[in-house]
Amino acid sequence: MTATLAKPPLDVPAEPELPKKPRDVRGILNWVATHAIGLALGLMFATPVLFVFLTAVMSDDQAFTSNLWPTEWHWENFVEVFDKAPLFQYLFNSLTYSLLATAGMLLSSIPAAYALAKLRWRGRNVAFLLVIGAMMLPPQVVAVPLYDTWSSLGLTGTLLPLIAPYFLFDAFSIFLLRQFMLTIPQSYVDAARVDGCSEFQTLVRIIVPMAKPGIAATALFCFLFTWNDYFGPLLYTGEVKEQWTLSLALATFKGMHIVQWNSAMAVTFLTMIPAIILFIFAQKSFVKGITFTGVKG
Amino acid sequence: MTATLGARPAPGRGRARARHRLAVLGFMAPAIIGFVLFFGYPLVATVIFSFTKYDLINAPEFTGLDNYLFMFKDPLFTKAIQNTLWFVAVLTIARTVFALGVASVIARLKSGVGLIRTLCYLPSLAPPVAATLVFFMVLRPNGGPFATVLGWFGLDSPLWFSDPMWAKPGITAIMLWISGDLMIIILAAILDVPQEQYEAAELDGAGPIRRWWHVTLPTISPVLLFGIVNSVILALQLFTQAVVAGSAGSGSADSTGSTKYLGFPDNSTLTFPVYLYTQGFRYFDMGYAAAMATVLFIISFGVTIVLVQRMRKGSAAEEGGPGA
Repeated sequence: MTATLAKPPLDVPAEPELPKKPRDVRGILNWVATHAIGLALGLMFATPVLFVFLTAVMSDDQAFTSNLWPTEWHWENFVEVFDKAPLFQYLFNSLTYSLLATAGMLLSSIPAAYALAKLRWRGRNVAFLLVIGAMMLPPQVVAVPLYDTWSSLGLTGTLLPLIAPYFLFDAFSIFLLRQFMLTIPQSYVDAARVDGCSEFQTLVRIIVPMAKPGIAATALFCFLFTWNDYFGPLLYTGEVKEQWTLSLALATFKGMHIVQWNSAMAVTFLTMIPAIILFIFAQKSFVKGITFTGVKG
Repeated sequence: MTATLGARPAPGRGRARARHRLAVLGFMAPAIIGFVLFFGYPLVATVIFSFTKYDLINAPEFTGLDNYLFMFKDPLFTKAIQNTLWFVAVLTIARTVFALGVASVIARLKSGVGLIRTLCYLPSLAPPVAATLVFFMVLRPNGGPFATVLGWFGLDSPLWFSDPMWAKPGITAIMLWISGDLMIIILAAILDVPQEQYEAAELDGAGPIRRWWHVTLPTISPVLLFGIVNSVILALQLFTQAVVAGSAGSGSADSTGSTKYLGFPDNSTLTFPVYLYTQGFRYFDMGYAAAMATVLFIISFGVTIVLVQRMRKGSAAEEGGPGA
């Protein structure tokens, strides 16, 4: 696989090398300096989240001060935010959007990726270029006519305009799945054909089981992308509060529902948890993917 | 790139060939319909709308080039272009250099690689809205952790998202915090550099810095180019962070109805997509928004062409196989 283009970001099982014995004093100093910088970088990335967490557990009064460390730990803040805003409603909407979109993406993108990766047909290269073009297009470019159409159908104010496209076409997922499927040796496909499998049977019995890790990774990216989406929900459900997703609702918390920093940060922290959990999951599924196919192309 | 050899039905066997065609059509049908509905049609319609005056209620009214001519008289359009160009220039360089720097450090680590890589990558998965609020809280000038730490050294914190000078650097800081995906891609490229090349350079007496400059950088340059193009696209699309920073900064934080916060402070965060959104979906001047969308389309199309050409070159070079 050459394609450095949007390689799945987790594509690096950077094998930690065995610690080499530093040869001399300069080597030791070098080692210490590099690791100090590395540790500092890690801390730099982690610190903002740490502050969010520390602020979230402060008392209302302390959250307004410049204290960095909470004097009392108010764990109940994480529970109380559910009374201040209809978080369960937003959570339900977010899950509806993300889960349905991911399911739809799997139905529509797996066959398309298979046709682009493993079947030979005239126009395939053009089709692939169109997929890349669609992937690069800022969503704002096509927003006006799409909003116009959904609005004339009376479907703005619902999540349907966001979910429906995934059941037909999602450029990034098709691209990613195609890259995964390219790594499956052609000999498996040919063998299936010799055994008399139809194209559909080859896809379902050979390709899908072999591409499982890639499919899992693509599904996770799709879930995270929709979970994090702000422009789409803002465009179609901005006026209808009952349809807000967590991401959209979060943008208004600091001003509307919640004045205190501690509550705002508690909600911020809660919306980041799925990403953290999914990351642990995704890392595993990806490493599996590499060992499974055993081909790096 | 391997396995581009596809299965081809044996020539002369009409039925098999027809079945193969039917299979391809079946697999591609949803994608073709989806592409036409959600990209093909709206792209054409955007261009058509751009020559009209349309408010979503009354029928579109043909106005020729009025929308395009108005751009030249619209100070906010100029401001939005300037803001987006600022991000294209600064964000592209900062993000690529930053990701390269962090990846180069991580690549040299002997222990703790997994942990530090995870710490650097995780923020990029956070919802952009959350990431923006995180920075808004950490950087708030009165009592925020960053201001507090600066205070220990007797320094004053900038006003960040309340100061037209500092709002864009503040958004850039957010974008660097969530640039972990690019870091991981660059790190993978660095770790792919063949070890022999380093050993050869070491024999020639090159130290670590010269090895990095003369071996690592040239070898991973295709990936760096990808990083640059990817960052340009990101900068052109910058929307969420700008809207959320503007609304949080203005203190109104109202995602519905009000338009006063967009671009706060002093239109310094009014990026091109934000202005397009404001005109189209707050003022319902769909014709003008469509004209801006057409401009945005032409620019991103140009960037995409650059990327596709690089990919073609990249895969051709790979097949030639320069020792790799």
